[in-house]
Amino acid sequence: MAERAAAEQAAVVMMAWHLVARHVRVYRRLPFVFLTGFLEPVFFLFSIGIGVGAMIPGFEVGGTLIPYATYVAPAMLATSAMNGAVMDSTFNIFHRLKYAKLYDALLATPMTTADVAVGEVTWSLIRGGIYATGFLGLMAAMGLVHSPLALLALPACLLIGLAVGGVGMWLTTYMRSWQDFEFITLALMPMTLFSGTFFPILGFPAPLRWLIEFTPLYRGVVLCRELTTGMPTVASGYSVIYLVALGVMGVLFARHRFDVLLRH
Amino acid sequence: MSQAAPRPRDITTVPPAPGHLRMLARQSDYHWTRLRRTWKGSVVTAILNPLLYVAAMGLVLGSYIDAAGSGPPGAASYLHFIAAGLLAGQAMTIAIGDATYPIYGAITWDKTFWSMVATPLRVVDIVTAALAAILLRVALSCAIFMLTLAPFGLYANLPGALLAFGVQLLLGWAFAALVCAYSVWTPSEAGFSIIFRVVLVPLYLFSGAFFPISNLGPVLERLAMFSPLWHAIELTRALMLGTPLAPGAALLHVGVLLGLGVLGWWLSVRLLSRRLLS
Repeated sequence: MAERAAAEQAAVVMMAWHLVARHVRVYRRLPFVFLTGFLEPVFFLFSIGIGVGAMIPGFEVGGTLIPYATYVAPAMLATSAMNGAVMDSTFNIFHRLKYAKLYDALLATPMTTADVAVGEVTWSLIRGGIYATGFLGLMAAMGLVHSPLALLALPACLLIGLAVGGVGMWLTTYMRSWQDFEFITLALMPMTLFSGTFFPILGFPAPLRWLIEFTPLYRGVVLCRELTTGMPTVASGYSVIYLVALGVMGVLFARHRFDVLLRH
Repeated sequence: MSQAAPRPRDITTVPPAPGHLRMLARQSDYHWTRLRRTWKGSVVTAILNPLLYVAAMGLVLGSYIDAAGSGPPGAASYLHFIAAGLLAGQAMTIAIGDATYPIYGAITWDKTFWSMVATPLRVVDIVTAALAAILLRVALSCAIFMLTLAPFGLYANLPGALLAFGVQLLLGWAFAALVCAYSVWTPSEAGFSIIFRVVLVPLYLFSGAFFPISNLGPVLERLAMFSPLWHAIELTRALMLGTPLAPGAALLHVGVLLGLGVLGWWLSVRLLSRRLLS
């Protein structure tokens, strides 16, 4: 019994790789589109972190005053991990689901809806991981990394990608038209601006602070910042548990919704 | 032979085409219908986006900058400084957004421009009406944004505010026309994500919207002066805050925007003619 379950699980992974291979092949023909995904956090780091940072003394993290660029860089790392995962899991999947009919084609092969869900998330994580590695390298080169713990920021970005991507994929299955994506933008904008990305949220009233502390981006920003500055606290532990739980929930729900939508 | 057979009407001479203004008017119901059906989605973003930026960057982050006393010179507060940049950034974003997929789609996907050119409409009329429709959206959202900013007391005087609104139209026209030329020319929509990531975002971030371009260092500062958005922001900021601007500089800013607008419009007409008529 256990053997069979194990074999089935292996099959899921093997099949899901075909979807990843498909995406790799598509993006090999669009190298520029792939590469430009790396640029956005870099532009933000130089503009807000350095240009605006010249006018700000810096912020305290764990009792130490750190320069503004050091404060903003890990937040940009987390934000770009979120944005990349959202783009992959919402716009791209909606297009494949509704217009390209990619999944209908996949399900006509031995692949299953679980392959689709796992394959899409895997691809999104590979892509996000490549961007995050590049940005972390840039941060290190600019002297914005203060601890070897920063290496753990890479898996942290993958966790953010898993959490946001899983939930995004699940929500996408409910989208009716491109107009519904306004809601995604509406959720992303305030998160990007208020999740402790550009300034601490300590001055906010308590209920608002609690709300912010419960968003995935805030958890990701805190996690990345504590790792790159080398000052991990118990908040990082909460973040890891929260992001894993959110991600697993999202992928499972998405798989269920693919079942409803695609298995007529 | 007094009664000559009536000569068949000479079908090679076409009656003179109506004037350009009448041709534009003929397309107004089409563009009006489009606007009426799509304004709802953009109005939420038009109000909420700038408000969120004003709150986060202007009020919260600004409070730290103002407290440190290291804010940009010439502005009463950091919010005063970035308001002009946020406004012009919004005008540019809407102009670019509307001049990409909708224009490309009208040629490639729903082929609206092909049907239009099969009527007495000329290419120049089609391009001008499309750009005017984009400009109307830019005007609407900038007007909403400027009214939203009014309670913060950011305008030195009314004439200045009205002129600043005019600058947004000039800026919107320049970007809409240039990007429209690209959309008419490009063979595939893959390039649009590059326009957004490699043109729009860096222009917005490095044209003096969030910090004076002198913070960039002398070399990059020179480079930033080539940004049309920088010219628009300089003008807008001076007009909004009532700070004096040398007539030469003002003329240069207006000239750059006007020149780019005419260039983009001319290119769009040339390229669309090649695409639809050859």
